[in-house]
Amino acid sequence: MATIEIDGKEYEVEAGKNLLHVALSLGLNLPYFCWHPALGSVGACRQCAVKQYKDKDDQHGRLVMACMTPVSDGMRITVEDPESKTFRATVIESLMTNHPHDCPICDEGGECHLQDMTVMSGHNYRDYRFKKRTFNNQYLGPHINHEMNRCITCYRCVRFYRDYAGGRDLDEYASKNHVYFGRFEDGVLESEFSGNLVEVCPTGVFTDKELKKHYTRKWDLQTAPSICVHCGVGCNIIPGERYGQLRRILNRYNSEVNGYFLCDRGRFGYEFVNSSERIREPKLSSDVASKSDAISQIVGWLKDGKGAIGIGSPRASLESNFALRELVGKDRFFNGLGVKENRLASLALKILREGPARSASLNDAEKADAVLVLGEDVTQTAPMLALKLRQSVRNVPMESLSQANIPQWHDGAVREFAQDSKGPFFIASVKATRLDDIATETYRLAPSDIARLGFAVAHHIDESAPAPSGLDQETEEAAKRIAEVLKNAKKPLVVSGTGSGESAVLEAAANVSRALCSSGVQAGISLNFPECNSLGVSMLEEKGLEEALEYVNANHPATVIVLEIDLYRRGALEEIDRLFEEVSQISCIDHLENRTTANASAILPCGTFAESDGTMVNSEGRVQAFYQVFVPPDPIQESWRWIRDLLLETGNAKAKSWNDLDDVLESLASEIPDLAPALDAVVSADFRIAGQKIPRQPHRYSGRTAMRANIDIHEPKPPQDPDSPLAFSMEGFHGKPPSGLASRFWAPGWNSVQSLNKFQEEVGGPMRGGDPGKRLLEPIPGEASPGQYYSSIPAAFSPEEGHLLIAHVHHIFGSDELSVHSPGIDELRPRPYVAIHPEDAKQCGLDEESEIDVPAGENSVTLKVTFENSLPRGVAGIPMGLPEFPEAVAMSGSFKVQQGVKQ
Amino acid sequence: MLSLLRTMWIIFLHMFHKRETQEYPDVLPQQPPRWRGRIILSRDPDGEERCVACNLCSVVCPVACIALQATEDGHGRRYPEFFRINFSRCIFCGLCEEACPTYAIQLTPDFEMGEYNRKNLVYEKEDLLISGPGKYPDYNFYRVAGLAIGGKGKGEADCEEPPVNTRSLMP
Ligand code: SF4
Ligand code: SF4
Ligand code: SF4
Ligand code: SF4
Ligand code: FES
Repeated sequence: MATIEIDGKEYEVEAGKNLLHVALSLGLNLPYFCWHPALGSVGACRQCAVKQYKDKDDQHGRLVMACMTPVSDGMRITVEDPESKTFRATVIESLMTNHPHDCPICDEGGECHLQDMTVMSGHNYRDYRFKKRTFNNQYLGPHINHEMNRCITCYRCVRFYRDYAGGRDLDEYASKNHVYFGRFEDGVLESEFSGNLVEVCPTGVFTDKELKKHYTRKWDLQTAPSICVHCGVGCNIIPGERYGQLRRILNRYNSEVNGYFLCDRGRFGYEFVNSSERIREPKLSSDVASKSDAISQIVGWLKDGKGAIGIGSPRASLESNFALRELVGKDRFFNGLGVKENRLASLALKILREGPARSASLNDAEKADAVLVLGEDVTQTAPMLALKLRQSVRNVPMESLSQANIPQWHDGAVREFAQDSKGPFFIASVKATRLDDIATETYRLAPSDIARLGFAVAHHIDESAPAPSGLDQETEEAAKRIAEVLKNAKKPLVVSGTGSGESAVLEAAANVSRALCSSGVQAGISLNFPECNSLGVSMLEEKGLEEALEYVNANHPATVIVLEIDLYRRGALEEIDRLFEEVSQISCIDHLENRTTANASAILPCGTFAESDGTMVNSEGRVQAFYQVFVPPDPIQESWRWIRDLLLETGNAKAKSWNDLDDVLESLASEIPDLAPALDAVVSADFRIAGQKIPRQPHRYSGRTAMRANIDIHEPKPPQDPDSPLAFSMEGFHGKPPSGLASRFWAPGWNSVQSLNKFQEEVGGPMRGGDPGKRLLEPIPGEASPGQYYSSIPAAFSPEEGHLLIAHVHHIFGSDELSVHSPGIDELRPRPYVAIHPEDAKQCGLDEESEIDVPAGENSVTLKVTFENSLPRGVAGIPMGLPEFPEAVAMSGSFKVQQGVKQ
Repeated sequence: MLSLLRTMWIIFLHMFHKRETQEYPDVLPQQPPRWRGRIILSRDPDGEERCVACNLCSVVCPVACIALQATEDGHGRRYPEFFRINFSRCIFCGLCEEACPTYAIQLTPDFEMGEYNRKNLVYEKEDLLISGPGKYPDYNFYRVAGLAIGGKGKGEADCEEPPVNTRSLMP
């Protein structure tokens, strides 16, 4: 600790941090541009100048850059003295000389850090009367808009894009006041994290191109705290709505999960909410029906003697799934995960439950000092985890910083010091991944060989772990090297997941983490689940689609109620078709049209994540609450409400007490004790501050008395929200709410995302009052931990002449069901293909124009061949989850190469 | 008594004064140009819509009676897709005009807006847009802004250098 004096006031602060960090953490207003809490200091913009004095008697002091000055005990500083104030005003004046007269048409306007800092430093009038330099802009793809004239050369963009996110195609060009930030030539930004430029750039150079299509100022967006639904990571987000449309998604800081950033799938994948394929009316055999007709019809089917089953969903909330379980009964509820998917998810859940390694949060992943990735292409399946893992390789070089007397936040010096040295990072994958550039070693293996490598690593860490037999020399050596490194690390991390489609890979990862723990190392394990609530539904119910289909064949229920899933994405075509033949009435509760709803006898239109509240469990086992952003038009309502209506119609007693979502969650917690901590992750609906709700609309929300005036001159009463402490209004408590209820980041004088500083306990630390969310899985560490080593080690893969083994390939843009509805993501996603090694292709007489037939269950699909050098011989990569290619889910094992009909 | 007579005398003299009563609506009053009456949207000297849909008028409006949505033409020029003022709420405070960075929104001397039906007080862009520049004949926002629009490329606005050649190494 250190005592420092700022403007004559004494503060107790942490020594060694930089002064800007400290001043902002104390709540002082000090302008800055180039410093970013996640990127550190470089001292490029000279905006954060303050005066530092030698001692008590020093009257003059000297100007220093706060972001470059470490705090030490007894320091004396002034922020408000005339000289540093003038200095800062002059700096911003010169930064602004060439700035265009764009604010009214600039998408940053109203949430612009440059505007804020200009006002804060008192540069009110522009005196520059000469010609301004201009730049030509570039086309940077469907997501990011470029307007280079507005740049103030703070270098944040390239520091984020290149240094932090590992992108290669954004750089600075030219010199002096001609410095240009862009690509070498026009083209789509390659990084999966390019969307963060929108928030990182303090000006309007990089703005959200999807938002631009339906542009709305920050002050006009109705927002609520929410959770991303596009992968298992569960990033915290702030979606914003205007005129009944979801308009954009911003990051919501959570120091344990996503921190300051989001991936592009999460940021730009929201268009499905506004899609023309939304289901907006209840339907009975594809005719629009009234709410009551639909409900009484479905209840009629439910009451049929043969009973009903319910199929839940990994993309619906715990509450909706639970409500469905209540409707059909525990034995007749199935979790909706596909055959393979469910086996993998329950295995992963078992591993996380048993430990002894603790499941790692994204924050833990960032802090790991040795990483082994087994079979998961993290950038494609859990993008934000990949961004965090990328930072982990900096930890080992950082350890020697203190000897060199370099503080960790001194980014320029740290990177200079570390040069290219990186901590240990091993990747075993089927094909090249986007993290290969930071890897110490990469292994390209068939899934079973990845598992064997993992088993061997575990064996080399702990002798008692089973060893694979007949391992080749090369792999054996590699396993030894990896084992050695992991054993000697302080916080090693094993990363795997359901992505490889191979349970042995998960088991191998479990063995490695168990071996590490039993040799006394605090190892972490991070297992990725495919969807936003996969872990949650697995905890709720073990039985999946496989069991559901078996049940149907054995018991012939009268009706099936399908909650928010497309069955055709989960099971083989013929199996699902058979289900539809077997069961005469299938009812769907969903928000988007899909193959399942197309065949359904009844459809109830439910709200998307933006139109409902609920809780979900991410891959870490963290249960997080998401809140409704806006009220959808009647009759769309939350899934759980539809199910409650059905329950009420059947005369269920419990449902009578379900007045709001809290009641549902309470029933859930009392029936499923494992999920009871979910109660702590939500703020109950009757929570009030000073007797008031927390408004979803900013206090400057405009146009209230005109936006509906063309429909009805009488303004409607704002919709009530029984389910949460938030209000669909601008009235309520406008101070800082509890961390989980932060609908937006704003503070007086801080209109941009940088106002987040005011919501954190310490800049870059947890949110005030603790990060929202609650961990569900805390394994028992050490001896007492249940479970043992997995020992069913698969045989080595040996390619067979003319045959290829199917391996799953995932795409950040394309593999997710919902985000592909965004035109930008649809543009960037691949079309169905089969990837093979060029040598294999040659052997089979194929070229890049060829098409081959790949079997999928009882059918087969003709796919276009693409060459992929990084695949092991004898393996074919099949892209998962593409909308026009649901058959991929049924593809597995090896097949004989047969040329398709050439078109 | 005296004061009574005096008062009567003064009143008598009024008969010879110019009349204050205005024969409205037969004789229309002359309002000063800065009178805060019916709001219009003006056009720039090129005859294009001035409003750039920046939302400043709507956010400053104390009764929140302006709603609009921004959109763009194919060449990057931003304009309001719709622009609605609910005059049944407007208090004619003139803050929107003050906030407007482009002189698009202006209050005019016209105050004759009475309606029997409140609904008729909802004005859409078509009702608001006039054909000229209103009180400010010269200002043309897109001529000074750095944004490129159809017919005005980068470096072609007032007081701009031609775009930098980023490949050049010249000092
Ligand atoms: S970057 Fe900020 S200051 Fe510059 S034009 Fe945009 S809103 Fe205005
Ligand atoms: S583009 Fe933005 S982030 Fe990059 S240097 Fe310019 S102002 Fe800074
Ligand atoms: S990493 Fe996953 S949860 Fe996070 S933003 Fe991306 S898709 Fe969403
Ligand atoms: S302030 Fe002016 S330019 Fe901006 S939206 Fe209103 S009328 Fe249009
Ligand atoms: S923030 Fe300190 S120099 Fe830029």
